[in-house]
Amino acid sequence: MDDATQSLIADAVNNQPQSTVTVLSSLLAVEDAIGYIPKEAVEAVASRMDATVNDVWAVATFYPNFRFDPPMEHRVEVCWGPSCHVMGAGRIIAAAQDALGLSDEGDTPDGKATLRYNTCLGACAHAPVMAIDHHLAGRVTPESARERIATALQSVPSH
Amino acid sequence: MATPTTADFDSILAEAQRRWQALTNGDRPWVRVGTGLAGEAAGGFEVVSAVKAALEENGVAANVSEVGTLGLCFAEPLLDVQMPGGPRVFYRNVTPEIARSIVNEHVAGGNPTMEHAIGYLGEPGAAPDGIPDLNDHPMLGQQQRIALRNAGHIDPSDLYQYIANGGYAALNQALTAMTPDEARQEVLASGLRGRGGAAFPAGVKWGFLAGNPDPNKYILCNCEEGDPGAFNDRGILESDPATVVEGITIAGYACNANRGYIFIRHGHNQPIDRTRAVIEQAYELGLLGQNILGSEFSFDVEVALTGDSYVSGEETALMEAIEGKRSMPRYRPPFPAQVGVFGKPSNINNVKTLAYVPEIIAKGGEWFAGIGTPADPDNRINGSSGTAILCLSGDITYAGLIEVPLGMTLRQVLFDMAGGVPNGKRMKLLQTGGPLGGVLSASDANLDLVLDFDVFRAAGAILGSGGIIVCDEDTCAVDLTRNLIAFCQYESCGKCFPCRMGMSHLLEILERISNLEGTEEDLALMRNIGENMQAGSLCGHGQLGFNPVSSALRYFGDEFEAHIREKRHTGDCSDQVFSPKLTRR
Repeated sequence: MDDATQSLIADAVNNQPQSTVTVLSSLLAVEDAIGYIPKEAVEAVASRMDATVNDVWAVATFYPNFRFDPPMEHRVEVCWGPSCHVMGAGRIIAAAQDALGLSDEGDTPDGKATLRYNTCLGACAHAPVMAIDHHLAGRVTPESARERIATALQSVPSH
Repeated sequence: MATPTTADFDSILAEAQRRWQALTNGDRPWVRVGTGLAGEAAGGFEVVSAVKAALEENGVAANVSEVGTLGLCFAEPLLDVQMPGGPRVFYRNVTPEIARSIVNEHVAGGNPTMEHAIGYLGEPGAAPDGIPDLNDHPMLGQQQRIALRNAGHIDPSDLYQYIANGGYAALNQALTAMTPDEARQEVLASGLRGRGGAAFPAGVKWGFLAGNPDPNKYILCNCEEGDPGAFNDRGILESDPATVVEGITIAGYACNANRGYIFIRHGHNQPIDRTRAVIEQAYELGLLGQNILGSEFSFDVEVALTGDSYVSGEETALMEAIEGKRSMPRYRPPFPAQVGVFGKPSNINNVKTLAYVPEIIAKGGEWFAGIGTPADPDNRINGSSGTAILCLSGDITYAGLIEVPLGMTLRQVLFDMAGGVPNGKRMKLLQTGGPLGGVLSASDANLDLVLDFDVFRAAGAILGSGGIIVCDEDTCAVDLTRNLIAFCQYESCGKCFPCRMGMSHLLEILERISNLEGTEEDLALMRNIGENMQAGSLCGHGQLGFNPVSSALRYFGDEFEAHIREKRHTGDCSDQVFSPKLTRR
């Protein structure tokens, strides 16, 4: 791990704005800073919180928003909660998989993008909803989902 | 820093009013754009950028605000223009191009453009030619907005705008004219029932905490709204977080508590950022912190974040998450009022519950109790006071967020206000109260159900968090049930095996039935699993987790029969096979 990443981790863990600092808040701060939780971050959180490395891993592995290897350049999320399901989320997921050359959620082999399923992106009135690099898009169709993904893949990486 | 005194509220209010006057009747127009989660999904932030660019091109000075949601989500991005002293003219489904033309013609040119206008709000005499009163829109006209009174109207990140519109008068009143017990009695008299799902009387719950002599006590506000189809908690926090911050402060006063947490899911940026912004300003103005408004009362509030976990909305799991652990429910007893977060007495309230509190204190418990449905003890109806804050999504003409008096019927809400199902199709099914709430058929009897916590419960549904997903005739009840159970399976925290394994087995069976491979025995097997989940799970997730299946069997048993006996699909389910297999590690 390079020094710059190491110092981003230290900064995220040690300079949290809120007064209640916990294992979870520290992990979320690291995720916001570098997009994933490397083992160095787990150690930094354990040391800051006076917890064991096992305790920190236990929390990190419980919440599916954490990933443990460096993020892809882009992140595509598609909601499959009931509102989106009723409005055709299944077809959006199929289109996203197709556009990314994937058969399930996960990373593309070229390291460009991650596809994630999400249980609620929060804009149910605009179902079906997807998010690309954390920007919501509602009332998407299989065609518009493909277009949005293609545009994102050609844009500057989000990190 | 000098300690504020009681007189300070008057000076804060005067400053707030001066600023509000300058915004609405000053020397420049005010443009507001809906940028809640629905606004963002529809492209609201792109519209804000386009407005700013067009203003610059025209050399026109105007105030531009990112507001929350007025609730007319179907019309987002919603943009409105207020010329100094004039009415607000609202434009619907605005794109960056439309925004540019609105700036050119209305903001710079002074002439409202008819083409995309949906209505105006303001004095009747000020009506622009040909543009209807927005209150005549079916979705707005019958609302009674208490918790949503400021939503879409004020800049949610500007505490002065909240104060100029009546905010913090209630806290000032409580601190100067009421004892903590009197404040709690007012909430008790209002009949306010918790809006998180259980509908327990809030004043009674506060009493459990108020009676505890511990010097360190916590008020927790739950916005872990993982319920798909429910976005009202986030809607309030992204549109008017200050009403919740004031509400939690009053709750703290009434319970002699000294610390509050507002709990939101990581990644939902508008609710998080805007809530943090008003908390910071409240500290600056002496409305939070030591000796609030010069009184003896001190109270701190902060935002706590959770990772993705539906179960962390359960009250004891939420406490685990605030402590930074896996959000898994705790055993009870001890109850939170004795041993809550960090081992201290705690009281947990839903966002909506706290959002009502300032108005209840300001207008009196009796006023709130006068809205809603009366008690009917013979039929085990306890009475539901106040309003229902409903999120309408799915196959519905006007999707969005509305606040209506309890006691209205589902038919009034779904047809008179929300315009029914589009494309001439038939309304078939309603999914209410989150994934655990189950489904209702859109039968005449069910559409005549009045919005009341106990009436819904008797019908086998939950009004709960207020989400209503509307499904038209194309929706297959078996397929939707499979989707609901897939959600519940994915979100089971795994602590109790009847829930962890029961959900997986239910999903497996429902997938089998969906694929026309189910057998007669499967229905009995599901009921058996459901009984075990209900009996053997620690929290509502497992206890209520069979609801989607039992309610679907109750109302749509014939569709299960068709899949099992006749090997026939009953809707558009044949092409929707997605079912995530990922479970918690």
